[in-house]
Amino acid sequence: MKRLYTHFGDRIFAWALLLLALGVVALAVLMAYELYQGGSLALKRFGLLGFALGREWDPVIQKSFGAWPYILGTVIVSLSALLLSFFPALAAAIFAAEYAPRWLAQVINFLLDLMAAVPSVVYGLWGIFVLAPWIRDQVQLPLYMWAAEHAPWLVPILGVPTGYGLMTAVLILASMIVPYTAALARDAIALVPKEHREAAYALGATRWEVMRMAILPLAQGGIIAGAFLALARAVGETMAVTMVIGNSHKLPYTLFGGAATMPSVIANEFTEAVEDLHLSALIAVGFLLFWVSMAVNFAAAYVLRRQERLVKGVL
Amino acid sequence: MMALVGLGTGLAFLILLLVLAYALSQGAGALNLDFFLKDMRPPGETGGGLRQAIVGTLIVDGLGLLIALPFGLAAGILLAEYPDHPVNPYLRLLSDTLNGMPAILFGLLAFILIVKPMGGFSGLSGAFALGFLMIPILARSTEGVLSLVPKEIREAGLALGLPRWRVILSLVLPTARAGLITGILLAFARAAGEAAPLLFTAFGSPLLELNPLKPMDTLPLRLFAFAISPYEDWHRQAWAAGLVLFGLITLTSLLARWASRRRF
Repeated sequence: MKRLYTHFGDRIFAWALLLLALGVVALAVLMAYELYQGGSLALKRFGLLGFALGREWDPVIQKSFGAWPYILGTVIVSLSALLLSFFPALAAAIFAAEYAPRWLAQVINFLLDLMAAVPSVVYGLWGIFVLAPWIRDQVQLPLYMWAAEHAPWLVPILGVPTGYGLMTAVLILASMIVPYTAALARDAIALVPKEHREAAYALGATRWEVMRMAILPLAQGGIIAGAFLALARAVGETMAVTMVIGNSHKLPYTLFGGAATMPSVIANEFTEAVEDLHLSALIAVGFLLFWVSMAVNFAAAYVLRRQERLVKGVL
Repeated sequence: MMALVGLGTGLAFLILLLVLAYALSQGAGALNLDFFLKDMRPPGETGGGLRQAIVGTLIVDGLGLLIALPFGLAAGILLAEYPDHPVNPYLRLLSDTLNGMPAILFGLLAFILIVKPMGGFSGLSGAFALGFLMIPILARSTEGVLSLVPKEIREAGLALGLPRWRVILSLVLPTARAGLITGILLAFARAAGEAAPLLFTAFGSPLLELNPLKPMDTLPLRLFAFAISPYEDWHRQAWAAGLVLFGLITLTSLLARWASRRRF
């Protein structure tokens, strides 16, 4: 490759490109470094583990900070949202790729694009004024009344039926991350060579059997990568969750009651944090969030790259 | 199985359709000419609009795009046109990773790098937050578009004795123009809807502000502030803001589709 770029202008051009492109690398490195620096006051005071596992978050009286409630909240909310959205999203992808007539598939693709484009605050707005009150009155109150009468042991698990809490946040989040799983699954299904389908059909397989035996196993990597990407989105989703989750870090969390996640506590408290230690603790939460999200994204990238090689190998 | 797949598909889109229906019905009622021509009013007074937020969105997002363009485009060109450059695997991996980073972290970074040294919230720091967010998006979309340009076009240029940089600047980029514009518009649309990175950078402002060194308002920020406020009239305006925001983003996406309808 050295001989390719020996022209003087080419060398300058390539260096200029490289210099600017390294901005991407710098951005990632800066983010890790600055978040660590910004959070170092809190991280040093409580220790990394002490901070991550501390259950107390009290900026007012004890001035003690532990991120555990937020980590736990993030894990519960994002995993439940993924679980809830995975099969509908996969169904949408299968439907668009194999079952739907062309025009309907286009409508579905358009809706998927749209879903990813609707701003988080708009979902949150709907959550505050429509979904949360509806869930409180139609789902949580009746369930709570029933449990209070027939199964009192259930009451502490259900919690206070306020409408603004875990349940609503998970529902909204689940619908917001559908396009990430669906789009990657759809692309992976479309990439499966036609011969695979034809071979299976020639053996007398039904449409579903073709899907299950000839297509899904090959598309598996793309589908899993899509799930990881959706998880990454769910972990970092801020506004819609903040608007409906009730923002309470009181453990233990209940199904109906308020909770909080790592992004939601940053969004909520950052502009009100006057003390250095409080501000630093919030940035330290951001530092933890950075690494969680990095890990999930790396996992997605790894699975996706392996899948690309697999499909190329089959072709 | 068919029925189950259909049911799942319906479930997947249920909430999206409900959100859209509500935004249309609630937002349309609150939307009028004043919404675009007047600034917001204090609570208790009815009327007024969100001119300051609309103008602010365009300024902050536009500045952010200017900040992101050189870095994003350069990274994309490097990835597509110098396929065996040694930094490429890392560049690609980091772009993908940053693409999935929580938007609020870009806000934290802009806060630390710009708000703190400058001593206060500003539209400019918000622009940096959105710019950071757009860089990896632009890098990947540029790479994708450039890799669609037929090899023959590059070979033709090289066969004429053009150096590689001239081939890229005069042949490859103009050929891919429509696709590049699409990618830029989509990045713009994505950033236009973000509120999280702006909470502690652009911060928001109740009056029209054209100086990017002062706090500025944007539609998502204002929508959030109105939605969690206790005032009926502000709730109405929040729906209108949602509808306008949604319209702005749909318009940009449609424009992007229209720009890319011609293939090479």
